[in-house]
Amino acid sequence: MANVISDETIEYVGILAKLELSKEEKEEAKKDMGRMLDYIDMLNELDTSGVEPMSHVFAMNNVFREDVVTNGDDRDNMLKNAPECKDGAYKVPKTVE
Amino acid sequence: MSRQYETVIGLEVHVELATRTKIFCGCSTEFGGAPNTHTCPVCTGMPGSLPVLNKQVVEYALAVGLATNCRINQYCKFDRKNYFYPDNPQNYQISQLYLPICHDGWVEIETLAGRKKVGIHEIHMEEDAGKLIHDEWDDCTLVDYNRSGVPLIEIVSEPDMRSADEVIAYLEKLRLIIQYLGASDCKLQEGSMRADVNLSVREAGAGEFGTRTEMKNINSFKAIARAIEGERKRQIEVLEEGKKVIQETRRWDDNKESSRAMRSKEDAQDYRYFPDPDLTPVVISDQWIQEIRDRQPELRTEKMVRYQEEFQIPQYDAEILTDSKHMADIFEATVELCKKPKEVSNWLMVEAMRLLKEHGQDPEDIAFSPEHLARLIQMVDSGVINRTVAKTVFEEIFAHNVDPDAYVEEKGLKVVNDEGTLRKTIEEIVAANPQSVEDYHNGKEKAMGFLVGQTMRAMKGKADPAMVNKIVKEFLIKEK
Amino acid sequence: MSLLELTAVELGKKIKAGETTAIEAAKESLEQIKKYEDTIHAYVTVNQEGVLKQAKKVQRQIEDGTLTGPLAGVPMAVKDNMCTRDMLTTCSSRILYNFIPTYTAEAVVNLEKAGAVILGKTNMDEFAMGSTTETSAYGVTRNPWNTDHVPGGSSGGSCAAVAANECFYALGSDTGGSIRQPSSFCGVTGIKPTYGTVSRYGLIAYGSSLDQIGPVAKDVTDCAVILEAIASYDKKDSTSIPRNDCDFTSALTDDVRGMRIGIPRDYLGEGLDKEVKDAILQAAKVLEEKGATVEEFDLSLVEYAIPAYYVIASAEASSNLSRFDGVKYGLRAKEYEGLHNMYKKSRSEGFGPEVKRRIMLGSFVLSSGYYDAYYLKALRTKALIKKAFDKAFETYDVILGPAAPSTAPKLGESLSDPLKMYLGDIYTISVNLAGLPGMTVPCKKDSKGLPIGLQLIGDCFQEKKIIRAGYAFEQSRNYEGSKFIWQGRESR
Repeated sequence: MANVISDETIEYVGILAKLELSKEEKEEAKKDMGRMLDYIDMLNELDTSGVEPMSHVFAMNNVFREDVVTNGDDRDNMLKNAPECKDGAYKVPKTVE
Repeated sequence: MSRQYETVIGLEVHVELATRTKIFCGCSTEFGGAPNTHTCPVCTGMPGSLPVLNKQVVEYALAVGLATNCRINQYCKFDRKNYFYPDNPQNYQISQLYLPICHDGWVEIETLAGRKKVGIHEIHMEEDAGKLIHDEWDDCTLVDYNRSGVPLIEIVSEPDMRSADEVIAYLEKLRLIIQYLGASDCKLQEGSMRADVNLSVREAGAGEFGTRTEMKNINSFKAIARAIEGERKRQIEVLEEGKKVIQETRRWDDNKESSRAMRSKEDAQDYRYFPDPDLTPVVISDQWIQEIRDRQPELRTEKMVRYQEEFQIPQYDAEILTDSKHMADIFEATVELCKKPKEVSNWLMVEAMRLLKEHGQDPEDIAFSPEHLARLIQMVDSGVINRTVAKTVFEEIFAHNVDPDAYVEEKGLKVVNDEGTLRKTIEEIVAANPQSVEDYHNGKEKAMGFLVGQTMRAMKGKADPAMVNKIVKEFLIKEK
Repeated sequence: MSLLELTAVELGKKIKAGETTAIEAAKESLEQIKKYEDTIHAYVTVNQEGVLKQAKKVQRQIEDGTLTGPLAGVPMAVKDNMCTRDMLTTCSSRILYNFIPTYTAEAVVNLEKAGAVILGKTNMDEFAMGSTTETSAYGVTRNPWNTDHVPGGSSGGSCAAVAANECFYALGSDTGGSIRQPSSFCGVTGIKPTYGTVSRYGLIAYGSSLDQIGPVAKDVTDCAVILEAIASYDKKDSTSIPRNDCDFTSALTDDVRGMRIGIPRDYLGEGLDKEVKDAILQAAKVLEEKGATVEEFDLSLVEYAIPAYYVIASAEASSNLSRFDGVKYGLRAKEYEGLHNMYKKSRSEGFGPEVKRRIMLGSFVLSSGYYDAYYLKALRTKALIKKAFDKAFETYDVILGPAAPSTAPKLGESLSDPLKMYLGDIYTISVNLAGLPGMTVPCKKDSKGLPIGLQLIGDCFQEKKIIRAGYAFEQSRNYEGSKFIWQGRESR
């Protein structure tokens, strides 16, 4: 396997992705990611110099809305989905010490 | 301190744009409102919702870019900045990294040290975050997404500033430009203008920049000045101890007048920017740019020059009047109505500024209508009320925007022009103060002033001072 | 003959003619669901209470002339990654176990306007990540033709439901083949339209630049009618494209004379099951006999589509799925210490292994230092793939090939080796990268009795060409092993 994924990398990606992996899952993830990256490295066979990266297939641009208020207040409906709420706000663990 | 240090400062200024709706959805941007009442699936990051760009945001960003001498990226895109935080409902912020709308501009600032240009690295469009309210009672945080998705521009300066004075001058300059464009009200206290300070120090004469820190969360000009001074000292101390400054984000606590690092293991600061696939690029034609240029309102400097020429107002006065777009608007509207620019200027410069100072307010807070001030000036001019009374009436206009006609009528403040009444009053006062009459005839000019004052008091200030003077003098001569 | 064997359009006609009612059709569908769900498990949610109410309302509107379209009163199913107001929408994920949207996806709104009666929400691979519908948090869906086999994925529930007559048609979504591959495995017809044709508003995103909603139905006619109903320019979706050529049913003509059909030689090589290959070539022959010109050509770059796709789709997914954090909706872990731990615990408990795998990969390829090497490289590859298709469509009207390298694998065979599963998407993925329309039409059953699908690919905005080719083929599909009337489990 050309791509060897370190424990640190898996730890770091876990922080970015906000995923907590068990020891076994980490080992599995190292293996999976290494294999996938080996496979993805196949792209290096392609000469893409001078090729513009293509985000959108179609050259669509300038899709705008006018600055007009269209939305009312649907708070109570939306809050019904919140795991926890209080006083019309979403409740989360405290963000400051 | 043996060595000399130079402070190098760059600013990231966030400005909330004055659009009616949010940047990617049709929710109102109105300030206040109960938590989450200005939200929808888009600005709360509901699954399946999609953003659609508010055209006005692009127009405001363009206007600010052009007014700050920027070059325009005629093909610009939005990118996602990925990080987890509860004020950010999608856990990514839609912003611009790779192709921001404006770049490479400058503004000129003036301080006691002289004039200089401060470079603008770029201006980009992005969405604001929601508000976090810390609930002491439950020891938790409450999230309100009313501000989530309010459009912002971030103006990133070059590291061209060397002192707190320059930073304040730069911020004032930006504030004036943006207010004049109508792109934002730029209120620091309400958070519609916010600055993050990037600061480093280096030994004087050194070619390379030192390691910088970023300070967030500063919400007044005074706090910015204090934060700069505090961080400058801190960094110099670190260097003097032979240690290294760490590149980090710090939070300035203006109460404690100190900053502290915001680091945590969970903040990887790796934002994984990539073009937002839900939005299409913005293509800005030459014609569009020209339209924005053509629509550009008169900016501060132009206005200042015009006031001096058109209204023969001294430069100093023109500076004060134009120091706030709101003040200038009131000035012009009032002049338009009463055609007395010098009078209007005087009222604003002297009385309005005094009252603002007394109330601890800014010119932005002026709430009276130009019609009322214009009418007041006309009333003085035509002798309906005298100047002393006018000052009291102005205070009422300033505080409660009263209609001067109605107020004067209601309080019975009109000048008394009935000469008979006046003569009778003066006659009594002269008779009651023989000592003053004698003093006057013994060459004490002041004594006449006393008699005039007594008359005005007896008339409850409503007499025409010129007429009182004239009649008092007549009586004194007659008494001789 | 039971109502259930009718196509959507046939049923619509009968309802319109007063020979049956929307209520009858809904009742029969619910009966069928009751009878087969234990075995097939095509649905996550069956809209038990709502269906008959909706059917009654629609029936009234048909009778008073408000609803006149071909789909009025026809019971259907929606893939569970499309938001439906007041109806559970889970994406087959634990993290959305209780999510009730406050709004309905635009494509579904369009169908409701056309008089659709929604039977329920169909099972899928979690967040549409998978090719077997085995990654669902709510159990696997089985292939109606042989319940030891998978229905394909990710729209496995929609395709199985249509195949088992548990609905008359369904909506699916296709990011890398998720309509076309399960259609192939289940012997149903499905279209992935040109990117931007159907609004993505309300579709819970997997890979935003690749996702498209499309119809899954019993034949080409149904698909054309449904696509006509769901295609719309939607101002709520910035990537929606205004089109005035969405009269797809006008292409339902049995005429392929002069049509130029190309078969990529790259699609017929190593890895393709012999029975599938023969079935595809036999289908091509049918079209050739009807007057089309058919030839093989080199498309090139086919093998690079999969790595490019997994970089792009995973990167977008890692960002799209970051909103599932236990704050605004869905699962929040019971025990945690502080904010970040709450995020991690909720997400780790809420997402299954395949979703985690792709989020990890996507986060990695976007992370500092790798963006250029992986993400931009993949976007450049995408540009080259698009160019290869552009070149092919200079010569051909339609590209013809298999939808999958084999027929449906057995349950449990695929997940152990993710990379091998990914390779199964080789014929479908490049179509998404290039934004093209693609369609699967069943063409034959293999020796085990499992369906094989024929894939027809058109140039951008050329749905009508593939509909015409598909329809013409369907009209002449009368050789041995080409009947796709499912008779229930007994006939297995």
